[in-house]
Amino acid sequence: MLTESAPAYRQPLLKTPFHERARALSQLDAFIPWAGYTTVDVFSSVEQEYFAIRNAATLYDLTPMLKYRIAGPEAGHYLNHLLTRDVAKLAVGKVAYCLWCNDDGHVIDDGTVFRLAQSEYRLCTAQRQLDWLQDSATGFAVTIEEVTEEVAALAVQGPTSCAVLKALGLAGIEHLRPFELADFRLPGPLAGAALMASRTGFTGDLGYELWMQPADAEAVWDGLMEAGRTRGLRPIGSRALNIARIEAGFLLPNVDFMPAEQALRVGTARSPIELGLGALVDFNKGHFTGRRALLEEVRRGPRRRLAALDVEGNKPAVNALLYADRKGRRLIGSVTSAAWAPTAKRNVALALLDTPYFESGRAIWAEIYVSRELTWERRMAGARVVERPFFAPARRRLTPPADC
Amino acid sequence: MTRTPSSAGRYDCVVIGGGHNGLVCAAYLARSGRSVLLLEAGASVGGAAVTREFAPGFRVSACAHLLHLMPEPLLRDLKLTAHGLELAAEQLPTTALAEGEAPLRLDPRDPGALAVRSVRDAQAYAALDARLAKLARALRTVLERAPPPLASGAWADRLAWLSLGFGLRRLGRTDLRELLRIGAMCVQDLLDEQFETPLLKGALGFDAVLGANHGPRSPGSVLTLLYRRAAQGERALVQPRGGLGAVSEALARAARAAGAEIRTGAAVERILVSEDRACGVRLASGESIQAGCVVSSADPKTTFLRLLGPEHLDTGFVRRIVHLRGRGLTAKLHLALDRLPAFSGVALSELAGRLLYAPSLEYIERAFNHSKYAEVSAAPILEITVPSVADAALAPKGSHVLSVIVQYVPHTPAAGWSGERERLIGRVVGLLERCAPGLANSIRASELLTPADIEREFRMSGGHWHHAELALDQFFLVRPVPGIAQYRAPVGRLYLCGAGCHPGGGVMGIAGRNAARQVVREAA
Repeated sequence: MLTESAPAYRQPLLKTPFHERARALSQLDAFIPWAGYTTVDVFSSVEQEYFAIRNAATLYDLTPMLKYRIAGPEAGHYLNHLLTRDVAKLAVGKVAYCLWCNDDGHVIDDGTVFRLAQSEYRLCTAQRQLDWLQDSATGFAVTIEEVTEEVAALAVQGPTSCAVLKALGLAGIEHLRPFELADFRLPGPLAGAALMASRTGFTGDLGYELWMQPADAEAVWDGLMEAGRTRGLRPIGSRALNIARIEAGFLLPNVDFMPAEQALRVGTARSPIELGLGALVDFNKGHFTGRRALLEEVRRGPRRRLAALDVEGNKPAVNALLYADRKGRRLIGSVTSAAWAPTAKRNVALALLDTPYFESGRAIWAEIYVSRELTWERRMAGARVVERPFFAPARRRLTPPADC
Repeated sequence: MTRTPSSAGRYDCVVIGGGHNGLVCAAYLARSGRSVLLLEAGASVGGAAVTREFAPGFRVSACAHLLHLMPEPLLRDLKLTAHGLELAAEQLPTTALAEGEAPLRLDPRDPGALAVRSVRDAQAYAALDARLAKLARALRTVLERAPPPLASGAWADRLAWLSLGFGLRRLGRTDLRELLRIGAMCVQDLLDEQFETPLLKGALGFDAVLGANHGPRSPGSVLTLLYRRAAQGERALVQPRGGLGAVSEALARAARAAGAEIRTGAAVERILVSEDRACGVRLASGESIQAGCVVSSADPKTTFLRLLGPEHLDTGFVRRIVHLRGRGLTAKLHLALDRLPAFSGVALSELAGRLLYAPSLEYIERAFNHSKYAEVSAAPILEITVPSVADAALAPKGSHVLSVIVQYVPHTPAAGWSGERERLIGRVVGLLERCAPGLANSIRASELLTPADIEREFRMSGGHWHHAELALDQFFLVRPVPGIAQYRAPVGRLYLCGAGCHPGGGVMGIAGRNAARQVVREAA
């Protein structure tokens, strides 16, 4: 047994408040590290878990996501200086997808910002950000605390997710619109558990995220499993979620872009404009970090663009190099994420392309390596630049959702 | 002939701060035909280059008490002599004091006094001095220029790089190698390989650490020595008649004559920004003044964090400004004496110059040790001048003023300033008394300016005379921080012209002139 005094690298990974429940349901015992926590990669089958996202409802433990409480009289000003989009437009009770840049206008990370009260926000991020958040606070009347361990979080995603939550007792959840949040108090055996629910997610489907006290976590999990018994609810791991997020065209730091503060080599970090997220940059709201560099980039035009590709065949173009010609003489970019998208029924990829080749319908070539019974072959597969997302069902926005 | 603002109340340029760099900048901007308003928070211009009356009839230069002469072209351009600048003394000698030992006059051209102690040192001193002079001449061209941008494709910038490279190449192979060898070295290693006389090494080491947050064993202390030599130029140290304040007054007259308007008692509270460009200032009184551009001679921390505000800056840049090193370790002690102090073995001609108390490198390093741990040095190093010897008007007839730079004195001692203040005065007077018996009894009044006092009185963050530490990591292309070495802030139409910019402080006025040139160049 390791003691408290053992160095951090010898300490076991942290366990989320849902860990015991997840472990009991894990068939493969396939856990992976995420931000210092151990989390499920696959419960039993990636395919079944993926199809539950698109056809029923799923539970996904989000607790390791970094959560920061940002409060104080100048919290709004602070966030407007930090983030590229205009936070002044974010009303209390709303959530926004957002990103932030370094001085060079390169993306440090993306996340979601929740406006919990007039001058209280929560920023959820994939990577640790406290250092950057605190340094950005110089001169602002704001306090920033990391509250990751104080908030347990669970994503409930899929077409029947609203019905599951309603059955759990979240009265009126069906009226929650995309990017809205609301507080709920659970009835019956869960009485006392306070939940915040937001209609947000990483699947591009109908779905919600639940935020609660760690002490209530197991009771909420149990309540959800019970409420979802007849609605196809099952817990999922990160692998299934990754397919859904590629299908939905969402980006992952360290996969689709290099977080700017971790990039050591010149030219490997990416701007929001290169990532196709220019709509999240508001040049009219006043100064924010990276604004001058981004204005200059807009003036000059970005060198690369993140493109959605539809690739020929059914072999995912994982890590594929991209060429302008079939012979592979002119290298024009590379794939960052690729998957067979089961619902869209397309072989899709996200890729960084040199700007001249970034135009809808443009035909290019992907160099894919495929194993035929451990004999590797190189294929040049035709690919076409298409629009993101690859899959966007109407139900993701429908309020109230069907059957609710 | 003050040029009136172009349209109702709007000036082409507002200069914040009436220190020497602000005044030089205002004068050059006015000479270029712009309407210029200089705003000084204090009751008079001069910043730290002022002469203050610290006791009735006793006047002294408040911070620096000797002038590293300004570049000739600057003196010529601004006609400072015509505007009343007179020198009370120049080519001031330096004499090293020690207890129980005769003082040593430092003069490479007359090594006699040194030869008595060590023939080897006398020869080596002349050689080292000649080499340092040569290297300093090469560095001088670097000091006088605005650093060219690193990643610029402009031909003017490429030419500037070429000429800088050519200037260094002209040193010749031997000297260039020597520059590369010693450039980042610590001064103790350099002096130990040349000399054996502790007093000589202490005195030479003194110039490498004066005003700096390092000791003779700190890397980079040779650079500060070379810097000082380069800043002095050929005419070495001079004493302006009327103290350093006379320089500021001459500069103010030059600026006014060129058409600049100067307002004192006008503290700037905020730099106004519109559309990411500086467009004026707001005074503490609430009054707003519109301007085509704003030039700040305040230190970088004050300019960016207080006057502009981090909300107009990127986080990475703010981080650099917050971490800019600039903790002053230099205090100033002024003594009013009722008679001429009698330093044992020091001739009157030497008393008119500067006296150093730093008997050995080890003594200096020990003095530095205390400040590292926020303690006031038990035995500080001193630069002593008696400015009333060359300029009798500074003190009542027969009386004298003693001006002492005391190092290493932390900005905020761990023990607080309440008890330390008297203790520090006692220590310094004790050291002086040992070199000049009877001095303690002749003291009629005294004044101590700690780095904290200097910060407050002269509005310098950290009380650092150079606004930001002068060291390799804050020098030339990366001064005050990377990205703004061209006197230009990230916000449009905002410039810096203070000692925090290249080439630093030292009452040279080069930063002020270079900033004015940058303003003019960008408008073209």
